[in-house]
Amino acid sequence: MEWINAIVQGVLLGGLYALFATGLSLMFGVMRFVNIAHGDFIIIAAFAAFTLTSLTGMHPLATLIVVAPVLALAGYANQRLILNRTLGKDILPPLLVTFGMSVVLQNLMLEAFTADSRRLQSGALETASFQVIDGLSIGVLPLLVFLVAVAVIWSLQRVFYGTGVGRLLRATSDDQTTVKLMGANNAHIFAIATAIASFVVAIAGVFLAMRTNFDPSIGPARLLFAFEAVIIGGLGNLWGTLAGGILLGVAQNIGAQIDPGFQVLFGHLVFLAIIAVRPEGLFPRIKA
Amino acid sequence: MSIHLSKDGKTEKSALWKPSRRRFLKSSAVASAAIVSGLSFTRRARAADTIKIGFVSPKTGPLAPFAESDEFILAGVRAALGDELTLDGTTYGLEIIVKDSQSNPNRAADVASELLLSDEVNLMVVSSTPETTNPVADQCEVNEVPCISTVAPWQPWFFTRGGQPDKGFDYTYHFFWGLEDVIAVFTEMWSSLETNKSVGGLFPNDGDGNAWGDENLGFPPVLASQGFTLTDPGRYQNLSDDFSAQISAFKQANAEIVTGVMIPPDFTTFWTQAKQQGFTPKIASVGKALLFPVTVETLGDAGHNLSSEIWWTPSHPFSSSLTGASAKDVAAAYTTETGKQWTQPIGFAHALFEVAVDALTRSGDPSDYDSVRDALAETKLDTIVGPLDWSAGPVKNVAKTPLVGGQWRLGGDFTYDLVVTSNGSAPAIPTGGAFEAIA
Repeated sequence: MEWINAIVQGVLLGGLYALFATGLSLMFGVMRFVNIAHGDFIIIAAFAAFTLTSLTGMHPLATLIVVAPVLALAGYANQRLILNRTLGKDILPPLLVTFGMSVVLQNLMLEAFTADSRRLQSGALETASFQVIDGLSIGVLPLLVFLVAVAVIWSLQRVFYGTGVGRLLRATSDDQTTVKLMGANNAHIFAIATAIASFVVAIAGVFLAMRTNFDPSIGPARLLFAFEAVIIGGLGNLWGTLAGGILLGVAQNIGAQIDPGFQVLFGHLVFLAIIAVRPEGLFPRIKA
Repeated sequence: MSIHLSKDGKTEKSALWKPSRRRFLKSSAVASAAIVSGLSFTRRARAADTIKIGFVSPKTGPLAPFAESDEFILAGVRAALGDELTLDGTTYGLEIIVKDSQSNPNRAADVASELLLSDEVNLMVVSSTPETTNPVADQCEVNEVPCISTVAPWQPWFFTRGGQPDKGFDYTYHFFWGLEDVIAVFTEMWSSLETNKSVGGLFPNDGDGNAWGDENLGFPPVLASQGFTLTDPGRYQNLSDDFSAQISAFKQANAEIVTGVMIPPDFTTFWTQAKQQGFTPKIASVGKALLFPVTVETLGDAGHNLSSEIWWTPSHPFSSSLTGASAKDVAAAYTTETGKQWTQPIGFAHALFEVAVDALTRSGDPSDYDSVRDALAETKLDTIVGPLDWSAGPVKNVAKTPLVGGQWRLGGDFTYDLVVTSNGSAPAIPTGGAFEAIA
């Protein structure tokens, strides 16, 4: 029974990893752009929601109404004003600039919010659960995180394949130069991609902060699993990212069930195995 | 020029004959000056008008909560001393130079060597976890500058640095409690309640986790000898997102007690998942995670009656040798100044400077490294964290401070109050209530 429990909890954990990874996957898909500061943006979202709840007493989930659009706008501005300038033939400048951003953001957050460990409190929701069968209980919050991850990815797919903006994003992903020749403004399209990614980052940040504590320095640790989920799932495929997250979560929990020392190791081993067998990931949409 | 007269007129061997790069450079420089001026000298940092204390602490990064009260403590020390130090009728300027380790051991070693080589501090003080104290102490030992450290259990400070109990170190001194004290405090708390004596252990794969879970020196042998059964699923990685495996194992063993040494996010993840998956122990005694009140507040009501080791509280019956202020006064001043609840590192940061000033004052010559070191080694001082005596330590270079145990309780002046419940190892520290089971 504990094995079934480990797998079920692992699937739910995969939802959280997929939420972390979606923004990263999207930005890479459209711009071939790896955002090293992704984890820190997640923590910024968490602090924004934390500030709102402590000022107004709002429920953490309700803060998303404000935090998600604000982060999307900030993401748009950041892309137009800074990140677009780093894009080019050389892949190093975006990496260096976002790495620098990561350091700057962590220290700004430390100045503004101190080093205290915080959490978004959601009262009874935090520990609520229901028993499926004897020995298998599912927490309401982890389930909610998983369902939201599925809903987010489903909505993004709808945007990509059902709207004009989505068509532009896909076209840019396929061939930037040709899209530019057709009269599209790449700078604007990139910024839209970042805005959408930042919207998802806000959701990831709020759920992370409801699950456990966060502090200004904790962002980078969240980046690794997000990367792995993106790579496992295949570049540019959002459903693939979800699958990657789930695979990672399940592998970690199976590892932990054998010995807690194997928890992180098993995740990495699955990642390496997939890189070895299918370097393009499970469901790639972009050819490497 | 290998023999010269020191201040008290005795001959002694010049420092030139002990090979150490810094000492060599310095000695050569001073030696040439001495030859020119015909003065005798002992090994000293600089012309003795200003005494410098170097202070390394993790002001930024994951360990920053430990250093949060540093500014407040420093302001208090500076106000008390007025930036000067008077001994034997001579007044010296006193400068405290603070450097940030950024919670990174390599960075800590770098800033320590800057303090030693560029700023030429006369004495180093360092605080907050082995990641900060060890690299700094190592630098001081190599450069032969006295160093006082605290807020790291003494075993990881002493043994990790290759210390041998009979030999010890020449220039580095430490005060704090040890693993044996935590074990005594935890088992005392657990024995005060009726339980099935089944204990679940959560030890991460880091310095603390490996020490606490060690088969020979950690919890396992002591628990076995006291009739507790320990379920230890194994070392996990810090920042784990899931503790289902441990929870299953504890449920299977019907554990009524949970213990471990966890970082705050991991304890929150574990405790939340335990509630979700229906695991409700009677006692949870956890090191590290429950140190700071803000962390306990993040658990909402689920933090009530969680227990941990306590190094210092405002109700400790001690006062400062520097300002005369009691533990209670200092904690109250901190709250008035910052609006925040007191934390345990406050007392120790203050005590660090008590020891430093005391050693400098007794040294006879505060600019001479060896005089300061000798004074430091003989320290017997009643500080705000209790009496310190380096001649009575478990090993050389270590002085122990008292450790008690207690629980976080809802209510009181702040959201949570830390109440001392178990003082078997240090009866001088008053208890504030009896140990209770988690409801």
